Amino acid sequence: MLRWLAILVALALPASAEEVVLGMSQDKVAITANFDGSEILIFGAVKREEAIPEGDPLQVIVAIQGPSEPITVRRKEKRFGIWVNTQSVDVDAAPSFYAVATSAPFDEVLSSTEDLRYKISIPSAIRSVGAPMTVQDSQSFTDAVIRVRKANSLFQLNEGSVEFSQDTLFKTSIAMPANLTEGAYRTRIYLTRSGVVVSEYETEIDVRKVGLERWLYTLSRQQPLIYGLLSLAIAIFSGWAASAIFTGLRRG
Amino acid sequence: MQIYLPIAEVSVNAFLLLGLGGIVGILSGMFGVGGGFLMTPLLFFIGIPPAVAVATEANQIVASSFSGVLAHVKRKSVDFRMGTVLLIGGLVGAALGVLVFNYLKSMGQVDLLVKLCYVLFLGIIGALMFVESLNAIRKSKKPGSAPKRKQRGWIHALPFKMRFRTSGLYISVIPPLIVGVCVGILAAIMGVGGGFIMVPAMIYLLGMPTKVVVGTSLFQIIFVTAFTTLLHATTNFTVDMVLAVLLLVGGVFGAQIGTRIGTKLKAEQLRILLAIMVLTVCGKLAFDLLVMPSELYSLGATGGH
Repeated sequence: MLRWLAILVALALPASAEEVVLGMSQDKVAITANFDGSEILIFGAVKREEAIPEGDPLQVIVAIQGPSEPITVRRKEKRFGIWVNTQSVDVDAAPSFYAVATSAPFDEVLSSTEDLRYKISIPSAIRSVGAPMTVQDSQSFTDAVIRVRKANSLFQLNEGSVEFSQDTLFKTSIAMPANLTEGAYRTRIYLTRSGVVVSEYETEIDVRKVGLERWLYTLSRQQPLIYGLLSLAIAIFSGWAASAIFTGLRRG
Repeated sequence: MQIYLPIAEVSVNAFLLLGLGGIVGILSGMFGVGGGFLMTPLLFFIGIPPAVAVATEANQIVASSFSGVLAHVKRKSVDFRMGTVLLIGGLVGAALGVLVFNYLKSMGQVDLLVKLCYVLFLGIIGALMFVESLNAIRKSKKPGSAPKRKQRGWIHALPFKMRFRTSGLYISVIPPLIVGVCVGILAAIMGVGGGFIMVPAMIYLLGMPTKVVVGTSLFQIIFVTAFTTLLHATTNFTVDMVLAVLLLVGGVFGAQIGTRIGTKLKAEQLRILLAIMVLTVCGKLAFDLLVMPSELYSLGATGGH
């Protein structure tokens, strides 16, 4: 009995001596009609029971990841003088949004073995099982996903953008672009020392359409016929209204 | 002012959309084309996903065509009988076109084929119209040269003849039906009303008078695009109502202005302007196909939906 209690206490205790206490400017992003992107402020502190350990300084990584979806990457080649889609590779899962902020250059903050384990860097967030036999350089297709999404600010690697003072307080802000998809955005915070993760914390940011946006989206998915007819009714009505207004103007 | 589009899931400037709608609306009213062949590429350019652009554009064309056709009905320049025959062909064609579209989508070649279709059709039609209207203008300047009498070719030898009073024609229903089917197929594949193909086909193949052609084309386009909108809304869920409303508010007013400008221009001038516009769009699309794109890779949703 006593032994069981000891194990329970051991489990309840934190695994490491340093722990994250987190705050966020918002844990919800509401997509309204005039939504134009959002800036999320993430701040926190490191809770300690004992003195700061000797050695390398503590580092912080903040990663926000949107819902993943499978995508098809196509490559163009010149055939008969024009540019044509030729080869394609299906990527099994790529996040719709992925931002990583660190307190120092990424290579210094996290070792590659730890990255393999926790999947923090942008390439490790993309899961690709395998390309068809005909495609030799499947890596260039995965690279293309990263390049295209980075160009749209959907993938961000902000090295050194986490302000970390006195090994205790940290804060960073992450800009989310206007073209967000809905869903639960997984938010992870890691504390590392000498490239090794010493503590992790995970939460979610809820990105949702609200109001008219929500209503239209739901209607278009659940009652597509009514939605289509409503669209047509609006079109016919405005066509008629414009005609009537113009006729009125000419007479008046 | 930025507006977030709920279906397209992007944020765009509302005034930009109003302006685009207005300009395309003016062209639509002037030439009796839906304006889709201009608007769809423009929407791609400002970052609307292609599937949403194609479907929403169909919805917007309904509005601008309806607005335009009302102005034509008042002037009695709509041949309802011809319009109905073309429409029957058009609906059959649209259904076939959606089948072809979905097949090509699964092969990943939709972009290319849509663009090749554009280049081919815009090029041929634009060039033909340009040469023809240039000749017509030249002839009209020479006094004394009487207009040529209409030729009686193979088209007039076909059975199932029907009288189209408004157009002043007595021809078989087979050529209008075939024109309707072809335009319907292209309309569904290219995401356009098909006016820019329909108008020349009615003038040159069916021999309809230009003044009646515009109204009749608009009349037919309303129904084909309404049908396409419903198909897209129920199968692909890609009609964005917010985007459509912004475009059509600009579009319906533009169409009214355009119809009035159109009546002030001579038929030859109208045709040559349309020809120049068609050739410009064609040239731009051909250029894009021939020049190496800045990004060789493109991302798309994995097939099946």
